Amino acid sequence: MENTLQEQHTSQRYNAELEGLRSSVLTMGGLVEQQCRQALEALVKGDEELARTVARSDHQVNEMELEISAQCTDILARRQPAARDLRMVVAIIRMVANLERIGDEAAKVGRMARKLADGRDRESYCSEPQHLGQGASDMLRGALDAFARLDVDGAIAIIARDPEIDREFKTLTRLLMTHMMEQPQRVKNMLRVNSCARAFERIGDHAVNLCEEVVYLVEGSDVRHLSIEEIRERHSAWPS
Amino acid sequence: MDRAEQQGAAAPEATATRRQLDIRDHVEPADYQTIGTPFVDDAKMTARNVNVFYGEKQAITNISLDIGRNEVIAMIGPSGCGKSTFLRTLNRMNDIIPICRVEGEFALDGEDIYGGDQDTVLLRARVGMVFQKPNPFPKSIYENVAYGPRIHGLAHNKAEMDEIVEDSLRRASLFNEVKDQLDKPGTGLSGGQQQRLCIARAIAVSPEVILMDEPCSALDPIATARIEELIDELRENYTIAIVTHSMQQAARVSQRTAYFHMGKLIEVGDTKQIFTMPKHELTENYITGRFG
Repeated sequence: MENTLQEQHTSQRYNAELEGLRSSVLTMGGLVEQQCRQALEALVKGDEELARTVARSDHQVNEMELEISAQCTDILARRQPAARDLRMVVAIIRMVANLERIGDEAAKVGRMARKLADGRDRESYCSEPQHLGQGASDMLRGALDAFARLDVDGAIAIIARDPEIDREFKTLTRLLMTHMMEQPQRVKNMLRVNSCARAFERIGDHAVNLCEEVVYLVEGSDVRHLSIEEIRERHSAWPS
Repeated sequence: MDRAEQQGAAAPEATATRRQLDIRDHVEPADYQTIGTPFVDDAKMTARNVNVFYGEKQAITNISLDIGRNEVIAMIGPSGCGKSTFLRTLNRMNDIIPICRVEGEFALDGEDIYGGDQDTVLLRARVGMVFQKPNPFPKSIYENVAYGPRIHGLAHNKAEMDEIVEDSLRRASLFNEVKDQLDKPGTGLSGGQQQRLCIARAIAVSPEVILMDEPCSALDPIATARIEELIDELRENYTIAIVTHSMQQAARVSQRTAYFHMGKLIEVGDTKQIFTMPKHELTENYITGRFG
């Protein structure tokens, strides 16, 4: 089923409403993605101004969450969507909650980055989460691309990347613990860096949730809480 | 269609009367396969390879479908898709249209309903019908309900008849509203009440199956909600097939939904599945309000 089906409703206004909903989610996704990128940049570069901007920017995401939820309620009440349209509205309700939490995580990194900005020897530890943060941001971008294109294969590829992020987070935690033992006077800042790493790891988890919604939207199969093998199995059994 | 063959083979030979067509050339090729689950384990009625013609025009093409015991099956589809025509074949209502020709195998509890010895009056008592517009007889409320049991000799005296009338009106959720005016004309009731009176009239002859052809299309939302509630209650004792243009109604009242399109049965499945994850693109397009 093509993405373009959206434009074939008998009611043009309904078309416009669904299309508006979809583009609102993409706008919100873009905003959250930018927040994540900026949070990582502020942390790694010690850019205090950027960190402050990120820490304050989550209210915009919160507003978008409310706005999109209201749009969904409106469509449910007035259009009684069915089948694919219903799945899209339900998926979006769950997706915006995830996007909002990603925004919260990014804001948290922003707050930490602000506190870490003037730390002594910050270069020696603040750049540690660079790779992890980049990986989480890539997953988020991939999840939003999969949603925009309704691309289940793309979504599953992102879901498959999550263990990599989890491993990286564990490795980073071990590394930071070593730093803490070597430099006990830096423990507070190390813990802050670890919180940032944890936030990126959570962003990866939320990106996985977004991808699961893409699978549900397109194939109607609820793959939450399934292993990647089970998800692949269901996908291969789905008549395309 | 292994399952269809199995079920066909299981039917007694005598019931497998296939009506021959005069003009074979007009049968459209059955080059399609119904998606989903047209057959159930515990079927009250079965229809196999049904073709219906109005004169030269083929209205239904090779439809096979089971109506499960004590289920509500909803039939949906755009106007002219053959859903009402199919419904009417189930109690031979099409017999009264001279140009209509029906072929296929139909059974009620395994018994051929198009057999030569089938009494259509008795059949319609077993397979009752409620129509789009409430059509009470121009008689009293009591007489509307008592008419069927009387012609079928179901009551031996006045007391028995009173009981049947009261019971039928109660089952149709109408008794409390009309108990003090049973001698008033049925046509004086509101639209929703008239429709419930028609349902009481259908129930009075103890049918096994009730066919409903858009029973709520002339009713307001409250009357509609009452009829839908009633359908749900009636399911305990009866098998119900309902044709409706309201997809929300199909979604609310039925356990299985069948989607018809241009005389073909495109897809049948659990109502929940049809409304959340239809398999056929035509079904998807129809229930989401798209036209491809």
